[in-house]
Amino acid sequence: MRDAVITQGLPLPLPSVDNIEFYRATQRGELRFQRCTDCHAWRHYPRPVCPACTSTRFDWERASGRGELYTWTIVHGPTLPAFRDQLPYTVIDVLTDEGLHFQSQLVECPADAIEAGMRLEAVFVPANDEITLVKFRPAS
Amino acid sequence: MNAIRDQAAIVGIGQTPFSKGLGRTEIDMAVEAIHAACADAGLSPHEIDGVVRFDMETIDEEKLLSILSPELRYHVGTPFGGGGAASVLVHAATAVAMGLANHVLVFRSRARGKKSVYGKGSNQGGRFWERLDSDLPELDQWQVPYGLVTPFMEMAMIARRHMIEYGTSERQFGEVAVALRRHAQRNPNAVMRSPMTLEDHHASRYVAEPFRLFDCNIETDGAVALIVTSAERARDLPQPPALIHAGALAAGSHHRRLSTLFGRSRDSDSAARVGRELWQSSGLRPSEMNAFFCYDFFTAFAILALEDYGFCKRGEGGPFVEDQGLYFDGGRMPTNTNGGQLSEAFIHGVNNALEAVRQIRGSSTSQVPGCELVLLAGANTDPTGAVILRRD
Repeated sequence: MRDAVITQGLPLPLPSVDNIEFYRATQRGELRFQRCTDCHAWRHYPRPVCPACTSTRFDWERASGRGELYTWTIVHGPTLPAFRDQLPYTVIDVLTDEGLHFQSQLVECPADAIEAGMRLEAVFVPANDEITLVKFRPAS
Repeated sequence: MNAIRDQAAIVGIGQTPFSKGLGRTEIDMAVEAIHAACADAGLSPHEIDGVVRFDMETIDEEKLLSILSPELRYHVGTPFGGGGAASVLVHAATAVAMGLANHVLVFRSRARGKKSVYGKGSNQGGRFWERLDSDLPELDQWQVPYGLVTPFMEMAMIARRHMIEYGTSERQFGEVAVALRRHAQRNPNAVMRSPMTLEDHHASRYVAEPFRLFDCNIETDGAVALIVTSAERARDLPQPPALIHAGALAAGSHHRRLSTLFGRSRDSDSAARVGRELWQSSGLRPSEMNAFFCYDFFTAFAILALEDYGFCKRGEGGPFVEDQGLYFDGGRMPTNTNGGQLSEAFIHGVNNALEAVRQIRGSSTSQVPGCELVLLAGANTDPTGAVILRRD
């Protein structure tokens, strides 16, 4: 009874008018965030107003795809069934070169090489025909 | 000057037993806690004409009509979870001071223990993160697909950042767990009462580094309730009043939206702003508090709360908890003398409010001698609030 209600598959983003541009870009291998047309402040998560200046005008501007490791956790579980075969895995917060915080997963990096401030670059990982996730690895 | 200053008081407290599994529904537990709080206050449940509830509470105003006065007047909710642990008392005091209600109920009922009745409602039973939709239309889409699924993972990332910036250590997290377990051992209501040493803490398994199992709150069943009325009325009731001396609220970031949380400095986020407003409006200082009740859902967050509320400087929370700093008997600041969410029970911090009242009454099982002033705070990674309680 209890097991029957636990989410089994990998939960994925549901595209909407607010976020579709982000996922169209990741399919092309580009990382794009909203940027205010008026005061040029970057923002994440997508939203219809600039927190810095209240403007509702924005563009989806291409970001560098690079940043530094702000913080992380090595997950030992419990976690959802979809992630159990990856345990232990490393969830990270990347401070992008645009000054945004983006949560992701660290790949291609052994646990003992993880260091605060290490340089990272985006890796585009398709999850299905519609959604490509953005993970990060140590910058080359 | 705080407009609610000493206008209202907590005059009744009540609870169910706390347990990893009572096998009861949330409404059944709530009724027991509410009846106990009313009896403690010398009031009939039908005299309760106001209520402050958590938005995520399953017992809504329609259900409360059959528990409280059928002419229930004042009703208001507080958002998210533990951030509301003390905000509920700010709302209750405001309602009383403004004449919107005579007797206000504050309560929380949670059936979340591992052995609890596993309800089908999303707010009842088990772990919410095990039952996420496979399609994520909202902000969970920015965390969950990367394996960032649970609060303990989010909190572990915040704690890791504190270690990076200030050198805070896993040993210091352990000091918090040990101090609160010591308080719980003295408290017959507490769920976790077996002894814990630093070695025991370190021997528990990692769930999300730097957090071990013993850095995390326990999941429990239980309900708690408090009754708030005017200071004047309070003096005619049987219990010594715990006056609500000051209160403050601040909206802030939330741990399920880490891009916002990490984008704001801790000094500009909700808990630090609540602290500054409280000290300014009350004219009191942190060092004048006899006890502190913080939202200790994870060990590191007691350390952050000590900093947020000004008991020490930013970055000094780790050293503050060393050398028995949180002990009720001789600690720098006696903290969560019931054992808190880590060892007593996890009733979204409202069980800490009951213990804050016991300290003012002088009836705690880990009583701080001469306790006259306590600070009670909600979760510091939510929109939150805090109150200063004072002996009459």
